[in-house]
Amino acid sequence: MNTLEKTELEPKQKTTTMTQLSGSQAVLEALIHEGVDTVFGYPGGAIMPIYDALYDYNDKLTHILVRHEQGGIHAAQGYARTSGRVGVAFATSGPGATNLVTGLADAMIDSNPIVCITGQVFASLLGTDAFQETDVVNITTPVTKWNYQVTDATEIPSVLAKAFYIARTGRPGPVLIDITKNAQLQLFDYEGYKKCDHIRSYRPKPIVRKEYIEEAAAIINEAKKPFVLFGQGVILGRAEDDFRKFIEKGGFPAASTVMGLSALETDHPQHVGMLGMHGNYAPNVMTNECDVLIAVGMRFDDRVTGRLDKYAKQAKVVHLDIDPAEIDKNVKTTVPVWGDCKETLPLLTDLIEKKDHSAWLSQFRELEKEEIKEVIYDELNPTSDIMTMGEVVRVLNELTGGNAIIVTDVGQHQMVACRYAKFNRSKSNVTSGGLGTMGFGLPAAIGAWYGAPDRDVIAIIGDGGIQMTIQELGTIMQFGAKVKILILNNEFLGMVRQWQQLFHDKRYSFVNITSPDFVAVAKGYYIEGNKISERKDLHHALKTMLEHDGAYLLEVMVGKENNVFPMVAQGTSVSEIRLK
Amino acid sequence: MEKQEYTITLYTENSIGMIGRISGIFSRRKINIESLNTSPSEVEGIHRFTILIHESEEVVRKLCRQIEKQVEVLKAYYNTDEELIWQEQALYKVPTNIIAEKAPVERLLREYGASAVVIRNDYTVFETAGHREEIDKLTAELTKYGLIEFVRGARIAIIKDSAGFHTKLKQFEKEEPAPEIVENEYLDQRDNVFTM
Repeated sequence: MNTLEKTELEPKQKTTTMTQLSGSQAVLEALIHEGVDTVFGYPGGAIMPIYDALYDYNDKLTHILVRHEQGGIHAAQGYARTSGRVGVAFATSGPGATNLVTGLADAMIDSNPIVCITGQVFASLLGTDAFQETDVVNITTPVTKWNYQVTDATEIPSVLAKAFYIARTGRPGPVLIDITKNAQLQLFDYEGYKKCDHIRSYRPKPIVRKEYIEEAAAIINEAKKPFVLFGQGVILGRAEDDFRKFIEKGGFPAASTVMGLSALETDHPQHVGMLGMHGNYAPNVMTNECDVLIAVGMRFDDRVTGRLDKYAKQAKVVHLDIDPAEIDKNVKTTVPVWGDCKETLPLLTDLIEKKDHSAWLSQFRELEKEEIKEVIYDELNPTSDIMTMGEVVRVLNELTGGNAIIVTDVGQHQMVACRYAKFNRSKSNVTSGGLGTMGFGLPAAIGAWYGAPDRDVIAIIGDGGIQMTIQELGTIMQFGAKVKILILNNEFLGMVRQWQQLFHDKRYSFVNITSPDFVAVAKGYYIEGNKISERKDLHHALKTMLEHDGAYLLEVMVGKENNVFPMVAQGTSVSEIRLK
Repeated sequence: MEKQEYTITLYTENSIGMIGRISGIFSRRKINIESLNTSPSEVEGIHRFTILIHESEEVVRKLCRQIEKQVEVLKAYYNTDEELIWQEQALYKVPTNIIAEKAPVERLLREYGASAVVIRNDYTVFETAGHREEIDKLTAELTKYGLIEFVRGARIAIIKDSAGFHTKLKQFEKEEPAPEIVENEYLDQRDNVFTM
């Protein structure tokens, strides 16, 4: 490429002030300049020079040796989600790099700022089917915001600066930099590290246009039944306070997507619950009742909208988003407010009238009562012998007060946790929303703890998901992340079983999953644990888990064939949400 | 919405892997690319992609937004045939003896604006440029005379009301682009040209 030719053509001007660095050292210098303190990774042949350099950076960078590269990138995601910073993962070439793919796809769809560094075979061997060579750049192209292969060390400082800039700005996303071994070893004249703040072909921050703010404000001010939906954009934009001011001034009821949870405290009087397939009754029904729908930092995922041609057809739609590709993608907007919500929300708040929509809000509360009667009360206070997932989360809420970080895996326990967990603080919900990656929970919880080590991190995981990445218990054992692992065991792949029950005539096809003695497995990893199956032990067991100074695994046996309700069945409208 | 021919014009950085990144956006959605041409543009160092697809306007608009989201893409436009000056080029190899004996060569050449590029004892190569229908007609005509080889180039197109990319690029290169020139013209012309 151009840069390569340039460096070859231009005579190198040697000055005495310049220091010689290897490509590997330049990588680590870049990380330090970008404020990285923790790296999750796994060494191997093609990334050995970087690991060799890391040996001398031990005092500046903490490296967490994971047990599988997928665990490494999920940990980096967890770290990014709770810290709000860029998560970094290292992997070697070939299988090391391909093991990152699931995490990249997950980070891409959930907009996590991640930089992955992969080793690659010597540039001279590219394309020869060399040992541990895979075409990582091509494999990861559709699941990265940007990727690049470095074959010359002189490029490393500028490429990494670009990588961090792209990962964290605009709509964040994962970036992968593949560095050939020769570039890692190559010595070059290091001219210092310069952070990137502009790329001509990339404009992460659109200029907000006042006329659209005005148009949006006019529509909102005329609304009789305004309804706000908020997503992770509020958290990514660090606009939680601006968002609260916005809804409080306007008096709007506000509902969260799965990814938006914790952006607004659960107890806020205008928080009306969660949207989507297993969200709350009121926000789903009211989507088709409101007259103005105000979507903030969310992307109208199909799990949120249900059947699109019956979604909020009566409403005018105001969509605030930083990604122009999301505007009009699924739901046609009346007014697009394109921009960073940190910037657009205060502008909009200034222009909206202070209003009280308590009559409208009380309609949500009426529907909520119905949901409590039909679903929530029994889920949280069951009279059956066997425990429910919901009551475990309720007791957990009582003990944490809503101050913990809740990490979940994927499935029934995830939906139950998202429905019932209480959040007082932002960046407290870590889950795989868009990709639905089973196995995400345990490694993400490890990263979440490193991102917020002063907080309680509780990983709620099903008996299926834990078995996908259970080897990361080894990472906890070795490095001491104080993660609380709460396994909700229903002896089934519960969500698939629920669908088979509801939509496939109860033909339970391969959803019956057996588990090892999880407490014994934890013990094998020198992690304390306990298993309970009776309600009388629940409070004490959870308390013991939370008070234990260190990692802890608690397995709770819950009802085998419980279902998560309400539910918007696939292909139906949000207003056709069923309570049972 | 009805499907029709759309020509997508992209201005991109000249970096390795761009064709893969762009084509993936189409293949992921199971959309066939009818033709794809990459070339330098009017601006040094900036590449121009010309992509022809047969799709509805809504799909094309969404595709352009996904394409423009790529870090190394500067700009994406889409146009109907009426908004463009466009051409495709074709080469034909035919046996010289048959052409010399049977075909009214002169008439053909004149009628289709074709010219002979190479004339040898064994074969002759004709070249023409124009719209698809003309090329197809000439192909049909020459098939009668034992067409040996035929190849058609990708569409290239000039946008009638484009002022070129020089001023745009200058804005992009500035750290803080002026609002009147850049960004949000998408909001003004939501259904026409999507820009960022």
